[in-house]
Amino acid sequence: MKKDLISITDYSKDEYLKIMKLAAEFEENPNQELLKGKVVASLFFEPSTRTRLSFETAISRLGGRIVGFADPGSSSATKGETLHDTIKMVSNYADLIVMRHPLEGAARYAAEISPVPVINAGDGANQHPTQTLLDMYSILKTQGTLDNMNIFMVGDLKFGRTVHSLLMAMSEFGSPIFNFIAPEELQMPKVYKLFLKEKGIRFFEHTEFTDIISEADIIYMTRVQKERFSDPIEYEKVKNIYILNNAMLKNTKPNVKILHPLPRVNEIHTDVDSNEKAYYFTQALNGVFTREAIIAHTMNLK
Amino acid sequence: MNNDMKKKLKLKVSAIKDGTVIDHIPAKNLFTVITILGLDKIENQITFGTNLDSGKLGTKAIIKVSDKFFENDEINKIALIAPHAKLNIIRDYEVVEKKIVKIPEVIKGIVKCFNPKCITNHEKISTCFTVISKESLELKCKYCEKITSQDQIKMY
Repeated sequence: MKKDLISITDYSKDEYLKIMKLAAEFEENPNQELLKGKVVASLFFEPSTRTRLSFETAISRLGGRIVGFADPGSSSATKGETLHDTIKMVSNYADLIVMRHPLEGAARYAAEISPVPVINAGDGANQHPTQTLLDMYSILKTQGTLDNMNIFMVGDLKFGRTVHSLLMAMSEFGSPIFNFIAPEELQMPKVYKLFLKEKGIRFFEHTEFTDIISEADIIYMTRVQKERFSDPIEYEKVKNIYILNNAMLKNTKPNVKILHPLPRVNEIHTDVDSNEKAYYFTQALNGVFTREAIIAHTMNLK
Repeated sequence: MNNDMKKKLKLKVSAIKDGTVIDHIPAKNLFTVITILGLDKIENQITFGTNLDSGKLGTKAIIKVSDKFFENDEINKIALIAPHAKLNIIRDYEVVEKKIVKIPEVIKGIVKCFNPKCITNHEKISTCFTVISKESLELKCKYCEKITSQDQIKMY
């Protein structure tokens, strides 16, 4: 059976750990010709420069060739071709499909159609599992473990798919504690709180962004994304509420690291960048190694 | 006049010899039930009545299909819109078996996903939901993973 990666819960705990181990190996030795002679289709039905470059770097470092498109304007989708037909065609050409799509569920659907494996590089507000795995690798690298973390999630916890997936995955490791800091309009959805309750995992909800972060091992900042709001007035109301600055980090634990899926707008003040607790730029680099690991696992190369 | 005769006189929809009677359908959902079961596409004799008095439902509908016996999988499809439906299996004018409908674990192709950004609302895809709660009726879309709740359920 082919190993698609569509949703973070498609992987077992053992697979998370395998990806962590492989990512460390690729960090040690990034250039390995495992994909030599293979063609990978990189289909971005929605532009995402950061994710695309990260994937395409990972593929290149593995010695694979890339076909595809970087934005829907240059794809057959503008001519009205269905996703179904695009995937049918491309899966005849390529050995692996990496895809980003603005509609939710598009990747799961593509995986059903395609005989070659599909890796989801983001489907609307739904899933972005490779981001979660690189977040986990960043936590493991900086904390030495994934177990029993106290994780603060800040900002848009309603639409922020990365926080949802990270929450699900980290729930597998020991007894973590979650702290959610968000405005009323953007609180963690009930379904995830129920999930934590059922697993007996502690979580706390706050609306104030204050010195409570002194308990944190990880502070996961998110951007309030304009494109997730149907009403622009709602966006204007909440966009400037939670901003992290350097002074706020004074009483935090020495091991704390600040993560952010990037791009940031203004939610982390630039005066944080030089603080050694800031980790978001290294986190992005970890994405290349993690994606090399995911591709190697998906293609049964490791 | 004996009781049986009285009962027959009261029948507003004539009796069938062999087949299935589906009773206690909410009147407003009659035609959806007909569509879901594909009764508009078969050649069997079908009689139905609607806006009939019902103690339980206010008004109800009833369908009688001659020479048709449903599989459980088939009939359970109507559980979402006719949760109290009762089936009487008729052989030679006698009720030989009674069945109730059960909400299935997986619902394919009947319900629309409530999420306007779900791929199933943009391409020709048969929807597929896992039933995560039978009491409050919550359906999780296989594709977008969002949950459609009872008050959001719409049929195709």
